[in-house]
Amino acid sequence: MTRRDTRGKIRGVIGRAAVYIGLAFWAVMVLFPFYWMLLTSIKGYGAYNSEHIPAFFTLAPTIENYVSAFTTVPLGGYFINTVIFTIATTAIMLLVTVFSAFAFSRLNFRGKNLVFILFLALMMIPSELVMVTNFVTITNLSLRNTFPGLILPSVASVFYIYLLKENFSQIPDNLYYAAKVDGTSDLKYLFKVMLPICRPTIITITILKVIECWNSFVWPRLITDDANYFLVSNGIQEIRENGFGRDNIPAMMASVVIISVPLIVLFLIFRKKIMAGVSRGGTKI
Amino acid sequence: MDKRSPRAWLYLLPAIIFVTCFMVYPLIDVFIYSFEEGYNSASQTFSGVGTFNYSYILRDRYFLQAVKNTFILVIITVPLSTALALLISTGLNSINALKRLFQTVYFLPYVTNTLAVGLVFMILFKKTAYTDGLINLLINLVGGGSVDFIDGPYWAKMFVLCFYTIWVVMPFKVLILTGALASVNPQYYAAARIDGASKRRIFTRITLPMISPMIFYLIITGFIGAFKAYSDAVALFGTDLNASEMNTIVGYIYDMLYGSSGGYPSYASAAAIVLLVIVLTITCINSMVSRRYVYY
Repeated sequence: MTRRDTRGKIRGVIGRAAVYIGLAFWAVMVLFPFYWMLLTSIKGYGAYNSEHIPAFFTLAPTIENYVSAFTTVPLGGYFINTVIFTIATTAIMLLVTVFSAFAFSRLNFRGKNLVFILFLALMMIPSELVMVTNFVTITNLSLRNTFPGLILPSVASVFYIYLLKENFSQIPDNLYYAAKVDGTSDLKYLFKVMLPICRPTIITITILKVIECWNSFVWPRLITDDANYFLVSNGIQEIRENGFGRDNIPAMMASVVIISVPLIVLFLIFRKKIMAGVSRGGTKI
Repeated sequence: MDKRSPRAWLYLLPAIIFVTCFMVYPLIDVFIYSFEEGYNSASQTFSGVGTFNYSYILRDRYFLQAVKNTFILVIITVPLSTALALLISTGLNSINALKRLFQTVYFLPYVTNTLAVGLVFMILFKKTAYTDGLINLLINLVGGGSVDFIDGPYWAKMFVLCFYTIWVVMPFKVLILTGALASVNPQYYAAARIDGASKRRIFTRITLPMISPMIFYLIITGFIGAFKAYSDAVALFGTDLNASEMNTIVGYIYDMLYGSSGGYPSYASAAAIVLLVIVLTITCINSMVSRRYVYY
């Protein structure tokens, strides 16, 4: 082996090590807040506040903070509200999306292209722009602090209609004509043929919508001021400002852990699907 | 045309109802609101039509503060996060072992609740009576003095906000860029290596041009996302953002609508239109620039 080869090899090893160190550094940056929140949530109230220099581990873990997250503040209620909101919004969104994507991709009718272009144009509209009027509408309908008021304006997702329509359009026409010859109705064709074929896309948009719902903050905060209807985002804000008292950081962190766990579990189960789905069409909302 | 035409409209009906009620109508209405002067939300009357709402918010100290904060946030976080994401995904693409693990870890912030994790950042940076907080401890270690990042000087607060924003937007950018880098045809690299091109030259002459559409996509979505920043600021500094001088444009719209300073949908509408104009302008500029620099 010549000297030049050896030197090149050493440089390669050093370069590779540098890459790993850099990547590990960012991994620590990402994971550290999660570690800190778990750690703080199992520290006792007294123990936490007596640490002038925060300790990186604890020898006396406690679950008292998790107990008080459900007893002192109504975190359980916020949680149930969010589950109801997420399931209802996602379910209605799916129905609306499936039917309209079906109409756009499979059926022919006058004005189809025009309506579709109008839908596409709406994708550019930031939701903050329509928030003002929706707030006034919902207030005038006396739907503040109700689930319909929370859910209805959150349903429409033009982008998902577009995504599913594109997927539906890839299904060969012959399949449809064959089904028609066999006397299959449109509805049956949609549910027995199209939906199973496009299951990956359906799962993708479901997951994206669930993430969006679970984390939604601005609209729920506008439309609810009764803590009985708070979602977790608003709940955690309420807990921070009026909940345990400002100094009970460990109990606050326990609430943060409880709120974060469902989506992290969902992510670890559907890792591949979620990452593929997001790269196809998600920006954080 | 088709005799099944009415049935098709039936399938579309739910979507049309939702979109009309909660997107099209509000879109038109927000323009109208923004020109109605002296709107009273209790009696739903207004005294005149004109541009007073715009001139009001453009003279409002809080609005100017919000615009300034938003612009600083955008100018700092978009280039930094895109560059960092490019660095990380280039690194990711050059390794095999542990790649999947790193990718999974990097994606985690995407699925977390911004409000909830923001609280963790707050306690890491916050200085309280009991403790200076972990970050200040690190600063003390390298010889600096403690700074209150949450209730302290403006730039300390802005630093935390930018830091947290970058932390939140990284997963999406890394994901997109890793995918873009992996899809570059390896034959180009092989050909360049045969020609004896240096690594750096390969990166600037092959990799960058090949992934330039994705970089521009990230810059545009990054700009739009950062202009709509709000929940990150609330997570760190609480809901009274005007008091902490950390408000954003969306936060201003929100405060004008509702809360202790709320009840002014006309001002909120005018601010929303200003936001729309800013976002549209940036998008247009970006697409003009990208037409010049994107290679295909």
